[in-house]
Amino acid sequence: MTDAAHPPAHPVIPTASGAEILLRALKDQGVDVIFGYPGGSVLPIYDALFNQNAIRHILVRHEQAAVHAAEGYARSTGRVGVVLVTSGPGATNAVTGLADALLDSIPIVCLTGQVPTHLIGNDAFQEADTTGITRPATKHNYLVKRSGDLARIIHEAFYVARSGRPGPVVIDLPKDILIGKAPYTPPAETPHRSYRPRTEPDTALIARAVAMLKSARRPMIYTGGGVINAGPAASAALARFVHKTGFPCTNTLMGLGAFPASDPQFLGMLGMHGTYEANLAMHGCDVLLNVGARFDDRVTGRLNAFSPDSRKIHIDIDPSSINKNVPVELPIVGDAGRALEALLAAWDADPTPVDRPAIATWWRQIDTWRGNNCLRFTQPHEPGSIIKPQYAIQRLYELTRAVKQDIFITTEVGQHQMWAAQYFKFEQPNHWMTSGGLGTMGYGLPAAMGVQIAHPDALVIDIAGEASILMNIQEMGTLSQYRLPVKVFILNNEYMGMVRQWQELLHGSRYSESYSAALPDFVKLADAYGAVGLRAKSVDELDGVIREMLACDRTVIADIAVDPKENCYPMIPSGAAHNEMILGSESAGGVAGVTDEGKVLV
Amino acid sequence: MAQDSNNGYRTATIAVLVDNEPGILARVVGLFSGRGYNIDSLTVAAVEDNGQRSRINIVTSGTEMVIEQIKAQLDRLVPVHRVSDLSKDGPHLAREMMMIKIICPHQDGGGGNRAEALRLADAFRARVVDASTESFVFEMTGATDKLDAFVELMRPLGLAEVSRTGVAAIARGTRVI
Ligand SMILES: Cc1ncc(C[n+]2csc(CCOP(=O)(O)OP(=O)(O)O)c2C)c(N)n1
Ligand SMILES: [Mg+2]
Repeated sequence: MTDAAHPPAHPVIPTASGAEILLRALKDQGVDVIFGYPGGSVLPIYDALFNQNAIRHILVRHEQAAVHAAEGYARSTGRVGVVLVTSGPGATNAVTGLADALLDSIPIVCLTGQVPTHLIGNDAFQEADTTGITRPATKHNYLVKRSGDLARIIHEAFYVARSGRPGPVVIDLPKDILIGKAPYTPPAETPHRSYRPRTEPDTALIARAVAMLKSARRPMIYTGGGVINAGPAASAALARFVHKTGFPCTNTLMGLGAFPASDPQFLGMLGMHGTYEANLAMHGCDVLLNVGARFDDRVTGRLNAFSPDSRKIHIDIDPSSINKNVPVELPIVGDAGRALEALLAAWDADPTPVDRPAIATWWRQIDTWRGNNCLRFTQPHEPGSIIKPQYAIQRLYELTRAVKQDIFITTEVGQHQMWAAQYFKFEQPNHWMTSGGLGTMGYGLPAAMGVQIAHPDALVIDIAGEASILMNIQEMGTLSQYRLPVKVFILNNEYMGMVRQWQELLHGSRYSESYSAALPDFVKLADAYGAVGLRAKSVDELDGVIREMLACDRTVIADIAVDPKENCYPMIPSGAAHNEMILGSESAGGVAGVTDEGKVLV
Repeated sequence: MAQDSNNGYRTATIAVLVDNEPGILARVVGLFSGRGYNIDSLTVAAVEDNGQRSRINIVTSGTEMVIEQIKAQLDRLVPVHRVSDLSKDGPHLAREMMMIKIICPHQDGGGGNRAEALRLADAFRARVVDASTESFVFEMTGATDKLDAFVELMRPLGLAEVSRTGVAAIARGTRVI
């Protein structure tokens, strides 16, 4: 590169093809793996991939899975996940993954092929208006129309994907741009001309936050995916801050692992299927500190009854997340990690003492809520007894304690996902991957694939439901091809359990289309893909199957037959307040009172 | 407009400075339709840097919380440089241009309407930019409510067609976006 003051004697004549320039830019961005699927419009990229060794290509079996795999890679490493798909159906197949990454703020760069520029708009073969279709499903997207823009756009896409609130970025690449010669430019060192998210929090606001927190008699710290996205140092800072203050802490579904689940100051997850103590503490607190969470409707329940008596502080990197659902007294824009470091410093700088007796009373109150033991369940142990799904997760958790490897959990979507969140305890960030915002069935298997690619020696388990797993079951082929020893742990209740639960509670037990009929034999299915299939039909078989699964160095599907009638509790029914939670089926009669207004909510 | 309470509904005139790249208008419009915000008026034209930057003026309405949300959502679009809430940040000017066609033939006793239309146009400082024995086209620039009032007065006089630009707005004094 030359700068304006020293123009080159001769203009640089590009010698490499667009496809080669693309790979060079990816290398300069530190990319080591791409999840993709070939097709006509991206053949030049596949040709360039063929001639190099720096970037590994993982061939998925469906483009949606490529994006979820890249999400798993990104969430478990903190790096940008990269996807490559062809034009038309390749791009449209990727849309669900992009929407998933958008709602969960996962950094992805998705390269899509496109018909050559002169054919755009002609309804050419495998043409789709990819930038049009993906505009609301991405953080940003680009159509490269000039070879001279190619390298700059790729670098910019990585910057946009990982900066501020991360998200998916699409680069649509017409075939002529890939074949024609293009100049290379390295990543820019100048700030982006328009996108410069604020990361450093305002110190005056941080000092006000500390003053508010020190005045609290019933404080609560509520943190979300923003702390995870801010990197492991942010989670470490959170733990120091929670310990320094002595305040209780809860995490959202997206935020699990940011604060160690085993810590006595952790109240568990909050929200629709959160713990009784977390939700009641949210309801009863007088000062609420939100770090990197977005007052999502799964968390707040009925808005006008949400944490009614608290003064609220909200720290978020995305100004549009603040004051969106819940008005807050003190909005602070900034990176969660920087903000927590600033809070720690300001806490020490402010001599005001905390009202320790009031806080001790608050903890006594929390302990009485805890005494309710809201996650209790009864597992009969006579041989032949049916397995309770909660018990299956609990045993999975306990038996993995002996495992020396790093453990990563992904999930599909449904009851099993909530049980995984409730009964598997996460001590570190980036080890829990679940589709929180979009709630995409079929997420967990490809996400586990991406995690295993990034961490070849780790233990990666997809906690699945028998319905969800079938949505991307074709990825068993990918696992087999790359010998990825992912463990698929299916809580097989023979129902779309979460749908069945809502039908039971809200629609008079009319189980319309929620029975998982004609299921495959998962053991034979595993076998067909060259994996190991295991099955536990009753409680006496459970530990043996889990042990065998953990000991196996190959891909495993463990089909765990669990109680089809079990519901996921505690539960805040739609449209209810935190203090109206249902603790178990005994009190589920309470939902008969759900209004039509509540029923329209999902 | 109501600007007092947090729950009050208000109209906001928002100016947005953007990179003039393909798809930027679709992005802004898609944001409004996707999130269910109102667009009362929207104008866009290249304004700076040899056409590399455009200014979009949007008139929208909503509660204070919604308008703050609209501004934050606009601001986080990657090609957006600056967002300014002209109706909140201080006094501002907002103008629209309109061309309005009146059909009132000389014959059939329309002569009176023609004279009346010209008189009103004069009073409203509308210019005659086209005339035939059967019609006039008036051009007029001004605040939205002034244009609205003129349209209403022309209605009984043979109003046939209205073409309006939508609002262009700018802050008074030295303040710039
Ligand atoms: C792609 C997709 N389609 C539909 C849904 C709606 N949905 C949510 S949970 C669920 C049932 C999931 O069943 P299963 O995987 O067996 O999990 P379980 O609830 O039984 O544990 C359905 C259909 C969804 N979340 N995602
Ligand atoms: Mg099921």
